[in-house]
Amino acid sequence: MSDAEVRDAINDLMADYCHYIDDDRLEEWLDFFTEDCEYKILSRENEESDLPLELLSCRNKNMLRDRILSLREANIYNIHFDKHVLGAVRILGKENGGYRVQANYSLYQSNQDGVSELFSVGTYRDLITFAAGKPQFKQKIAVADTFGIPRLLSTPI
Amino acid sequence: MRNQPSISWPASDFSRIPFAAYCDPAVYEEEQERIFRGPTWNYLALEAELPDEGDFLSTKVGETPVVVCRDSDGVLHAFVNRCMHRGMLLCRERQGNSENFICPYHQWTYDLTGQLRAVPFPRGVNGEGGLPEDFDRGKIHLQELKVEKFKGVIFGTFSDATEPLIDYLGPEVVYEIERLFHKPIRILGYQRQRIFGNWKLYNDNVRDPNHGGLLHMFHATFGLYRLSQKGGAKLDARGRHNITWNSLGTDDEKTTSEGYEGTKKVYKPKFSLNDMSILQNRTEHPDDVTLVILSVFPNVVFQQIANSLCTRQIRSEGTDRMELYWTYYGYADDDEEMTRHRLDQANLVGPGGLISMEDGEAVELVQVAIQREQDKHAMVEIGGTGKIETQKSLVTEVPIRGFYSYYCELMGFPTGTEAAAE
Ligand SMILES: [Fe+2]
Repeated sequence: MSDAEVRDAINDLMADYCHYIDDDRLEEWLDFFTEDCEYKILSRENEESDLPLELLSCRNKNMLRDRILSLREANIYNIHFDKHVLGAVRILGKENGGYRVQANYSLYQSNQDGVSELFSVGTYRDLITFAAGKPQFKQKIAVADTFGIPRLLSTPI
Repeated sequence: MRNQPSISWPASDFSRIPFAAYCDPAVYEEEQERIFRGPTWNYLALEAELPDEGDFLSTKVGETPVVVCRDSDGVLHAFVNRCMHRGMLLCRERQGNSENFICPYHQWTYDLTGQLRAVPFPRGVNGEGGLPEDFDRGKIHLQELKVEKFKGVIFGTFSDATEPLIDYLGPEVVYEIERLFHKPIRILGYQRQRIFGNWKLYNDNVRDPNHGGLLHMFHATFGLYRLSQKGGAKLDARGRHNITWNSLGTDDEKTTSEGYEGTKKVYKPKFSLNDMSILQNRTEHPDDVTLVILSVFPNVVFQQIANSLCTRQIRSEGTDRMELYWTYYGYADDDEEMTRHRLDQANLVGPGGLISMEDGEAVELVQVAIQREQDKHAMVEIGGTGKIETQKSLVTEVPIRGFYSYYCELMGFPTGTEAAAE
């Protein structure tokens, strides 16, 4: 693939990732991850103090599948719509056969009364790998500046 | 009492809780004085967060910002985080190490025992300005809380009338803290949850073993906690603290199915996870207790859910808001694999907890629904009415009545004053 094709593919993946969450297509959203993926939401507070605790962590795709399954079947959470606003995607360089990618995000939640609030702002620090020309997240790590979680953390960031 | 809030506690066994207690700003104001600054021990921090001389951290007692530090002799102190000069927040950092506290406003400098040490330009310039002749620096000391610690857990109190910490906790709670902190710990990190409900609604939530197996379907389905399991709620002699406990794997299919019959999607026996490792309990104690939710009046919960250990500090922020501050830990001798297991199981609780995320929602939805119903009362009868005592079943909410029996005593609320209207 040419550099331009890689760049386009990475940008598409980053955008699709957000839109699939916002459109509540979480089962299909799982396809954006490799089987050995890591999905984590980190608190900036812990990150800066070198503390290992995550806000949410899935160390493989099965744990991520279980998260979605639990959301669908087991959890009671605030009824809301998600809306991601993704900042410019920076491709920082090649790493472990993939690309290290960074982008800022804001995630708004809107309730049933049509009231919208900023739910989370932070930075994605991702590792994207290609197989047969198709990019996937080997690592998707959202570092949340909003580590004081409003209400609860249900749908993915 | 300053403008005594009018509020009715019709049942002398506290089986009715006035919704006004969760909504009335006058009640909230009174609580800051009578509960958080009253004869209670408030959880401040864990000693493992302040291992070295000069270590400090910012915390809260109710709504009061408090700084905790370890002085050059290794002694722990806690102060109201406020400069004695003009009232500015003295320490702005969440955590750190320093030889002193210097107020950013006018550079007044305090040592780690809270004593004022230096004021810039004390004699002014060329004989003009500066402090008055009779200003006695030695008499200026940060507003200090009394501090006591037990097994590395640091508590503070504003009141001289507070009984010794050990007596306040009582033998039941002392036993549980000794169990949870039976060897040195290591801090794993923090989570913060902003809950849009009254701080007491969260205290109610953790003193309600009944909801654990009903609201939290993840719990019930995967057997970490079912109402049909061996468990109960241990109260201290005064009924103000509570220990909810259970042992997983002690229920049978028949009792479970019958008990959950008619409930909607709470218990789904056929449902399974792709990665079951998150549910695994690695035995760490000689007993078979796999869950402990220990609530100490008024501001802390200690948790063991399988191998997930943490404290949850309740920080009130007005009638309808609070911060829940979660401090996760493991033991200092955990190997890398065990630490990873604890981190995996941290997914069960906290603001994003597979089990516990519902609590933030439940508290908020109660707050929303009761706002205009302040003359009415919550009904607390599960587990029985009358005597407040240790419960041998999880189908109980008696510990909530225990909380309010002590709460009303401290608040000076008369109880059993009128017949229940509902
Ligand atoms: Fe709960």
